[in-house]
Amino acid sequence: MADDVKALSSQLAQDPDSLVYLRLGELLRQKRQLDAAHRVALTGLERHPHLADAHDLYARILADKRDYERAFDEWDMARRIAPDHVGALKGLAFLYFKVGDVAQATVHLEAAQRVAPDDPGIAQALALARGGGRAAAAEQALAPSPPPVAASAPEPLEEKQVFAGLEGAHEGLLLLDASGRVLGGALKDPGGARDVTDAVAAYLAGVSQEAARTAKLLSLGGWTALAAEGKQGHVHLTALAGDVLLLVVRDRSVPMGRLAVIAQRAAGAARRWLEQQR
Amino acid sequence: MSAAPAGYGQALDLVTRVRGVRGAMLVSADDGIVVAEQLMEGIKGPAVAALAGSVASRLGRALEAAGLGAGVFWHLQAEQGALLVVGAPSGILVVAVAEPDVNVGLVRLELLRAAEVVA
Repeated sequence: MADDVKALSSQLAQDPDSLVYLRLGELLRQKRQLDAAHRVALTGLERHPHLADAHDLYARILADKRDYERAFDEWDMARRIAPDHVGALKGLAFLYFKVGDVAQATVHLEAAQRVAPDDPGIAQALALARGGGRAAAAEQALAPSPPPVAASAPEPLEEKQVFAGLEGAHEGLLLLDASGRVLGGALKDPGGARDVTDAVAAYLAGVSQEAARTAKLLSLGGWTALAAEGKQGHVHLTALAGDVLLLVVRDRSVPMGRLAVIAQRAAGAARRWLEQQR
Repeated sequence: MSAAPAGYGQALDLVTRVRGVRGAMLVSADDGIVVAEQLMEGIKGPAVAALAGSVASRLGRALEAAGLGAGVFWHLQAEQGALLVVGAPSGILVVAVAEPDVNVGLVRLELLRAAEVVA
């Protein structure tokens, strides 16, 4: 785990704007290095003030430090940015249980369960709250105890709906914003065993600004797509409206020209989904 | 500034002779500095080189993270043109600035040949 901290710190040093700090902050929190986690989270929050996950991470660290008032503010902010943010809803429910306001805790838990119906922690806490169980037990079910590292990464919003019915919807299509935050879809490595969504998204943070600046310097007008060929596969990045990026990934058996066609089809689905979200 | 090796000029010639290519550059992948260039007047070579190097680096890391191995070829498509890049094993990026209707397949082949020349 120390190596993980070192590797993530190194990645962050190379690219301070990267979202890798979310994983680093969570890892340090799990290791109970709360002061270091606090520094990482706060620096990240300064760079990404509009990212709900940044506030969620900071709130969890503050809650671990028993600074519940500020934790409440941060989770409240996360929920204002992303009303369906499960981490924020759970965090607020946890704090309401702490002060004995079971009714408010239940309201937040019900909202969280609508977004994440399969979360066992929410179901358990809700059952305890509805059944008149002890608030302390419900609180425990919701406490921001160290979740797996992957769970600390930005949660895809309604990912299943974005590319529903399209080939590769769950392993080769990804929708993300300019700062590398995942909006939908998922990526797996060519073997299909490893989820690489967050890592790839983090590396692509900022690439749209650089592509735009390059095109502007060359008087090429707006950039429309960025394709890259790797030794084992290809990626195709399409610029959608509002700085949203669509990434299509396929192995080398799919030629780059066909990748552009797949990207065009997926872009249509993504645009429709984005319109529905507005 | 010392003169670039003769092979560099040959590499750039391979790329710029393709119809629709406005210019070509050799860029150090590590620091985004121009090594040699044949660009049309008015193109800010050093700035483009720095940004092209940075975009290539980000894409390269994304490819690696996706398990797709090292990057071979990058293609930035824009409304009025394109930027095409191939990385040479020597750590030099061969960059072409092209018209929007350029034969991308041909430019890619010539960039790969040029990358062999500067390898």
